[in-house]
Amino acid sequence: MNKIWLIIQREYSSRVKNKRFLILTFLMPLLIVGLIAASAYLSISGVEHRNIAVVDPNGFIKNSLKNTNQISFSFPNNIDTNNYTQKGYTDILILPSFEKNKKADYILRSKKSMGLMLQESISNKINSAIEDQMLQDAGIKQSILDSIHSASQFAELKAYEDKGKSSKESNAGLAMGIGYASGLLIYMTMFIYGAMVMRGVMEEKTNRIAEVIISSVKPFELMMGKIIGIGAVGLTQFLLWIVLIISLTSVAMGFLPSDIQHQVTTLQQSNGQMAGGMMQASESAVKIYNIQHTINTANWPLIIGCFIFYFIGGYLFYAALFAAVGSTVNEDPQDAQSLMFPITMPLIFSYIITNMVTQNPNTPIAFWASIIPFSSPMVMMARVAYGVPSAVSYWELALSMITLIAGFIFTTWLSGRIYRTGILLYGKKVTWKIMFKWAFKNS
Amino acid sequence: MDALLSLSNLKKYYATQKAVDDISFDIKRGSIFGLLGPNGAGKTTLLRMITGIFYPDGGSIILDGQPFNPIEDIQKIGYMPEERGLYKKMKIGEQALYLAQLKGLSKAEATEKIKYWFKKFEMETWWNKKVEDLSKGMSQKLQFVITVLHEPKLIILDEPFSGLDPLNANLIKEEIYNLAKKGATIIFSTHRMEQVEEICDHIVLMNLGKKILDGSVTDIKQQFKENSFVIQTDQSVGIKENAIFNTMSHIENKIIVKINPGYQSNDVLKYLLQENINIVSYNELLPSLNDIFIHLVENTHATARAFQNVQN
Repeated sequence: MNKIWLIIQREYSSRVKNKRFLILTFLMPLLIVGLIAASAYLSISGVEHRNIAVVDPNGFIKNSLKNTNQISFSFPNNIDTNNYTQKGYTDILILPSFEKNKKADYILRSKKSMGLMLQESISNKINSAIEDQMLQDAGIKQSILDSIHSASQFAELKAYEDKGKSSKESNAGLAMGIGYASGLLIYMTMFIYGAMVMRGVMEEKTNRIAEVIISSVKPFELMMGKIIGIGAVGLTQFLLWIVLIISLTSVAMGFLPSDIQHQVTTLQQSNGQMAGGMMQASESAVKIYNIQHTINTANWPLIIGCFIFYFIGGYLFYAALFAAVGSTVNEDPQDAQSLMFPITMPLIFSYIITNMVTQNPNTPIAFWASIIPFSSPMVMMARVAYGVPSAVSYWELALSMITLIAGFIFTTWLSGRIYRTGILLYGKKVTWKIMFKWAFKNS
Repeated sequence: MDALLSLSNLKKYYATQKAVDDISFDIKRGSIFGLLGPNGAGKTTLLRMITGIFYPDGGSIILDGQPFNPIEDIQKIGYMPEERGLYKKMKIGEQALYLAQLKGLSKAEATEKIKYWFKKFEMETWWNKKVEDLSKGMSQKLQFVITVLHEPKLIILDEPFSGLDPLNANLIKEEIYNLAKKGATIIFSTHRMEQVEEICDHIVLMNLGKKILDGSVTDIKQQFKENSFVIQTDQSVGIKENAIFNTMSHIENKIIVKINPGYQSNDVLKYLLQENINIVSYNELLPSLNDIFIHLVENTHATARAFQNVQN
């Protein structure tokens, strides 16, 4: 036991003290924030402006086609497909003569091809213009139409979960976000830390230091020391990320003007209602309050508890398998690729299921995938985000946890048996068939 | 006989071959023991059983008077494998400390011993360097230090001199003698015969998983001698055919003869004296271990071993 502790210490400190770990830990959140910001910026600034000339023989939707900051419509005379670019238009839209209740082709010609999104938005605009025109033809005034259009903003759905006598506000969007994020995070860490375990084992084998160490400790101790040590590195990284995120958010909050901060606190105390007669809460204060309020509707202790459990369980389950593969690789690291395939396949497949489950947490496939330990760490996290016991009953959660524990005990046992043979075997190409023979033969 | 290690009927079978097939021998306390054999003879497998890396399929190992217990006895053994390796990115001092602690030394004890050995081998400046900065010979020295650091009773060295220059090889050799003098028992596995002849007291020769030779170096040489003698004369002479010996080679003043059955070495001298030949020196010609090795291993198809089937 003392020796396993030594191995864990070495695996842990040699990685945490490494510059790469520090860089990854502190740059990763910045990188993610930067990526989000960059893609948001690009989606705003990268939009091209289209100046569309419309040829409308009926003159009939001229008043209903609305300009946006991306698209502007004009109705010039004497324009055709040959001269629209010379006159400074990017596209030309040719409307057919209009007949009621009949589908017709509206032709758009451009020098530069148009993206699907933009095409759809133009098509929507034309259709709603036609709709408006028909309503106006039927005698409805423009002012009435405008007031009807704005009515689509009136209803805001607030969902509540019934829990015995009390009910709790629920938020499907938030649940989806949490489920997706935690599923993705577990998926990524399985890969990153699993591969780290595999590389570590390969390094020891190809360096031939494994033989020196195995004359001092049992192969199983060496393997477990490595798995636990690297797992601890992963947990440390998460912890640092959480601390980093919390401190960054509070720093960001500190930069807000003091009156907005004050308004947010008042909103919190009064449960979202501004006391009448007092100052009106500014728009940004309400936004911040709403974000905080939404985030608070999630059951964070449960989610974080489950996340830690499924991270550790899933990690132990997969890391053992990665260690077994690492122990069978010879000098050629490419051998690892083909042997890794049966491990990465279920991982990728689970990730796909997780994406489905975040939208629909109660299908039979979601249930089974959250019980089977190959996929449960990711899929169950996606379901737990929707709430226990409303989306996942307690027995399902318990069953999933028990199978995962049994699962990683099994993979660790299996890998231990493959590892102790593989780590000392050189110059022989190992297949999965041979590995199973090592695992299940009696010796 | 006070044996530190005694193996009896040790066996290890793999699916395609009998790697170690019923081997027994004893190793005297404080001796330097040579384990010889061609490539693939089963030496490494045998050593791995002695170090507790492999469990034998049959037979027993007695270490220091007690049945070998891989977990308890780790501290009594220092093993330097043939294909040696170290963590490339780890600092040398930390690496030595880590491996010594795995052997069961406390941190303080280990630090003290590492400092002693590093000083002895003039390696003090290496502490904060990484293994990847060392030459092959330097890392060999480091590996040797790590092997003997915890003062094991049994030191197993698999090809310890490969890659060392003569100066460093001598340094290690001296240290091996020193350790043996202090009571450590050393198993020395190699196929470099001249080193064995120089260093070892006792040898075992393995081939195809079996022991084919066991004894002290002098005894074995006696056993394989062919009654040959080297005669030096003061000047080149002619030697006639005779009943006592055959002339094997005759180059200027040096004659090698093989005595025919029924005659003694003195009969050769008598004959030469009768012939009035001036003898400068007269020595028995003992075979080198190299000759014995080649003689025994040749024609056993050792290289075809991998295709042999096991019937059990």
